[in-house]
Amino acid sequence: MSTSPTAPSTRRRTVAPYAFLAPAVLLFGAFLALPIGYAVYLSLRTVQVRGLGLGKGSREEVWAGLSNYSKAITDPDFAASVLRVAAYGVLVVPAMLGLALLFALLLDSPRARATKFSRLAIFLPYAVPAVISSLLWGFLYLPSVSPLYFVFGKLGWDVPSVLGSGSVIYAVANIAVWGGVGFNMVVIYTALKAIPTEIYEAAKLDGCSEVSIAWRIKVPVVLPSLIMTFVFSLIATLQVFAEPVTLRPLTNTISSTWTPLMKVYRDAFTRDDLYSAAATSVVLAVATFVLSFGFLRLVQNRAFSQEN
Amino acid sequence: MTATTAPPRPVTARPAPPGTRRDHSRRSSPVSTAILLVGAAYCLLPVLWVLVASSKSASELFSTFTFAPSTHLFGNIAELSAYRDGLFWRWMANTALYAGVGGVLSTLVSAAAGYGLAKYSFAGKQAIFNVLLAGVLVPSVVLAVPQYLLLAKLGLTNTYWAVLLPSIISPYGIYLARIYAAAAVPDDVVEAARTDGAGDFRIFRSIASPLMAPGLVTVFLFQFVAIWNNFLLPYIMLGDDKLFPLTVGLSGLLNQGASQPSLYTSVITGSLLSIVPLLALFLTLQRYWKVDLAAGAVKS
Repeated sequence: MSTSPTAPSTRRRTVAPYAFLAPAVLLFGAFLALPIGYAVYLSLRTVQVRGLGLGKGSREEVWAGLSNYSKAITDPDFAASVLRVAAYGVLVVPAMLGLALLFALLLDSPRARATKFSRLAIFLPYAVPAVISSLLWGFLYLPSVSPLYFVFGKLGWDVPSVLGSGSVIYAVANIAVWGGVGFNMVVIYTALKAIPTEIYEAAKLDGCSEVSIAWRIKVPVVLPSLIMTFVFSLIATLQVFAEPVTLRPLTNTISSTWTPLMKVYRDAFTRDDLYSAAATSVVLAVATFVLSFGFLRLVQNRAFSQEN
Repeated sequence: MTATTAPPRPVTARPAPPGTRRDHSRRSSPVSTAILLVGAAYCLLPVLWVLVASSKSASELFSTFTFAPSTHLFGNIAELSAYRDGLFWRWMANTALYAGVGGVLSTLVSAAAGYGLAKYSFAGKQAIFNVLLAGVLVPSVVLAVPQYLLLAKLGLTNTYWAVLLPSIISPYGIYLARIYAAAAVPDDVVEAARTDGAGDFRIFRSIASPLMAPGLVTVFLFQFVAIWNNFLLPYIMLGDDKLFPLTVGLSGLLNQGASQPSLYTSVITGSLLSIVPLLALFLTLQRYWKVDLAAGAVKS
């Protein structure tokens, strides 16, 4: 480092930020950019088998154009898994964010009691990995264990299995809502805490009730947080994997291609068809980007704009 | 940098409005409280259940009332510990290693990058930030298969590195660290240190890092929990069950339980033990959980 105060300091400033960013950029390149590029490359390749496919050199990797994509998109298993995940998202996202908003508003309301306990209890599932929560709920869904079945049994009611083919999607959705509501509640609650208190006092002097303060002042103010939680929930929904995979041993209603990501896993690791798995991954990634960026663009003018 | 980019906003107690309005607004509402308590009960239900179920023997699990506790907790723990020479505890140690080491390294990398982005202007800054930010939205699904293939080419699959290395980079952690650096490290303090002859790295280490510390705790907790909860990455990368984290290990144990129901007790006891450390961490550090996802967003 030079002792001259002015000239080298400007030079130094041009080198230092790159040094600070170097580890992040290197790791980003190695574990994000490179794999994405590789996935796109793989999705355009396929294996051609010559003769009986036996012996060395009989299997050759060649360009496949977009054939993996057309195969992926037209696969009925894929279409079914996408539809299932869409239905699952329609169940999970509004329920999870609606409850998160409701709980955050109640926690922020001066008229609710037991808020500290409730906040902790509702946030608690965030500390439970999805695999473990699926495991716990999975047992609670079993008729021989579930307290609900016990009560219904005493009442003499006959209840169909929660893990049956018609209701298993609700069973998985419940696990996601349970695991996500507290985290999103804290996000919204943090945003609520940032609202200056004078606003409420002014509103109260004008005769606003708690409910109309919540609806007219608090909800609009936390809208950017709601938008972000929505985008993150959307991304998480499209990738649901741990919950259905964990529940599989407890029921036979969850197929190996129940969600798109499960199909990618099956194609890549049990069928050894990396090319079609890569194509499906790329399709899903593009869909995620289009949905999340599209949504952000849609709401950007109204409530949200990026810094700088 | 605009003032709205500050997430570590002080959360102050809201002063009650004066006079009769105060009494009015302070009146408690039983309905609000009841809704919150129902929510709390819903969220506590599976946790209470696992606590009770862990105390049951294999035969009691499916025969006694769900919430009737029994006396076999220590027996169950002993049985779980004996399973394949304490494999469960190895999974626990692996998880602590992946989440602890991965979380610390991830926080360091994020802190340096966030500080660099917040406190310097340099060619390509906006481009780098935009690319990193886009990384937040990259679904892990598109990464999983090629990450596996790339690490397989390097011969690193089925090693600790396969789970540790991809966990270090966290675009969201960098994004948070940038916001914390912008809010917590004043430009004139950096300038003053520079005038005193401190080098860039020293300023970062001795001045900026302590100022950013509360924010960095949040980044660490985020990464720690994310890695602890991760299932897909280790599920794909690891074949040797001695390297498994808890999530993959317990999921596999449940699979075996389908043919060997006596293992169910071990799965349940293992679930209980696996959430205890995270619960403890989470209760100790809960004041750091002020999550502002929209920080950096400006209302127009």
